[in-house]
Amino acid sequence: MGQDTGNHNGANGASVAENSAQDGLARRLTEEEFDRYSRQMIVPGMGKQGQLRLINSRVLIIGAGGLGCPAAQYIAGAGVGTIGIVDGDVVEMSNLHRQVGHATSRIGMKKVDSLISHLRGLNPLPTYIAHPFHLTPQNAADIISQYDLVMDCTDNPATRYLISDVCVLLCRPLVSAASVQKSGQLIVLNCPPTPQGLVDGKYAPCYRCCFRKPPPPSSMVSCGEAGIMGPVVGMMGVAQAGEAIKILASALHIPSQNTENGPERNLQQPTLLIYTYDLDSAVGPYSFRALKMGGRKKNCFACGENSTLTLEGIKAGNPNYEQFCSIPTASCNLPPEERITAAAYHAAKEKGELPEHILLDTREKEHFSFGSIDGAVNLPFGKFLMKAAAVKRGGGSARDILPPEVVDTDAPIFVVCRRGLDSQETVAKLKELGLDKGGKRKIMDIAGGMKAWKEEVDPSFPFI
Amino acid sequence: MSDTIPITVDFAGGLEKLFGDQRRHSVSLPARDSNGRPANVAFLADYLCKNLMTDPRTDQLLEDKHIRPGILVLINDADWELEGEEAYEIQPNDNILFVTTLHGG
Ligand SMILES: [Zn+2]
Repeated sequence: MGQDTGNHNGANGASVAENSAQDGLARRLTEEEFDRYSRQMIVPGMGKQGQLRLINSRVLIIGAGGLGCPAAQYIAGAGVGTIGIVDGDVVEMSNLHRQVGHATSRIGMKKVDSLISHLRGLNPLPTYIAHPFHLTPQNAADIISQYDLVMDCTDNPATRYLISDVCVLLCRPLVSAASVQKSGQLIVLNCPPTPQGLVDGKYAPCYRCCFRKPPPPSSMVSCGEAGIMGPVVGMMGVAQAGEAIKILASALHIPSQNTENGPERNLQQPTLLIYTYDLDSAVGPYSFRALKMGGRKKNCFACGENSTLTLEGIKAGNPNYEQFCSIPTASCNLPPEERITAAAYHAAKEKGELPEHILLDTREKEHFSFGSIDGAVNLPFGKFLMKAAAVKRGGGSARDILPPEVVDTDAPIFVVCRRGLDSQETVAKLKELGLDKGGKRKIMDIAGGMKAWKEEVDPSFPFI
Repeated sequence: MSDTIPITVDFAGGLEKLFGDQRRHSVSLPARDSNGRPANVAFLADYLCKNLMTDPRTDQLLEDKHIRPGILVLINDADWELEGEEAYEIQPNDNILFVTTLHGG
């Protein structure tokens, strides 16, 4: 953990925030603070009081990626006194279109260090704390306990459930966002924080109250696979910072008994904000939707009345987050005689050992457009499945959905996809459609897809 | 009671891909299921799989005949858990939104 002591007058890391209630909120602002924060302090409802609360607050940003970068910029700019960032990854070129807190010159650097160097340029006053590793069940409580509010800017369900569980047990508010491809979501959880097991009354939900079970792995797509538009994830990250600033400046995160004279509390129903972005139409009436969610659930695994979740249990591996959100496995496994490695396919082709054949590439057309094996025909998987099902339902034949040069010959068919799963299913479907002519015609899967092609055959292939 | 109920059904978070890449659908839902019971959300989900879904992968919406984990159902912009979940009886002009939980970032 790297820590530099910030320059906010009177704010000195952890010790201050614990006994900050009086001295921290009564002091005068320095000239620089006054100058730097004046434009937000004059906003009605904010004031010097709100600014001092921010300066005395400690925020943990978990994930220094597409959400974490924009979130951190506004958290730092607003003058939150202590800012911790957790991430074990290093900066890559393909991050930069959306992870705008990094830089081309910092490719290869730890993301936490890269982002903190950017934030320090923006505002040198906060104390920045680097946690240059991934959050795990073993380290989560130790890290989260050092902060007042947590922002979930991660990219996988296992970590999302872990963060929420620890926030419930440590009574920390959680601002959670997520984004893939052209959609984004945002929700404030566990705010104001309420001890585990307290269910009589209207208490705020945790992540598990809203999202009881993770989706099956087969349906999950990551930004690496599905793509992501920078402004979509950026908008969600900025909105996260907005929520965090609001909570801290108005002391909404402090349990109500301590703030009898505090600001009026927002006890409205928890709301899930969803943002849908269309590349082919302007912003419309359903681009943003605010959805009413339920409150804390009596039977919630984490915060409900009979919950057995504990910090010690989490540390010891109970629950098992990886298993709960299990890693995807191939849905279809072809026998070895129907598969060929990328290297073997390439070698056979080079030596002229392959007869005239057809190569089908089942990636989406966006992927295909960046490059393909010579002679490949694009057959996007989703559309193909749809058409194959229509044939199965309504009759018709393979000729209706595949080019004649594929159907009307006995030339062997090879199928390649991105990583080697869709292609196996395609081989099975082609056989179902009768293209193997009762076993006379060979239909083969190129194992491992274009990823394997890049690794085994052509390192310069532009794999996306 | 009329034979069908006019409603709008929305898909978001990627589910629209299963329904011809169209996010909003006007649906005339049969008012009763095959057993003569009023149409509820469970019946609607089954009806959508059989009549509106263009992608054959019905397991992307249903798992063991129930809405699969990771999909939120919103009835007139409120979580269906506030409305009785699958047993909620569809009313004329209801808006039902199916949205997937996202995890990327
Ligand atoms: Zn809960």
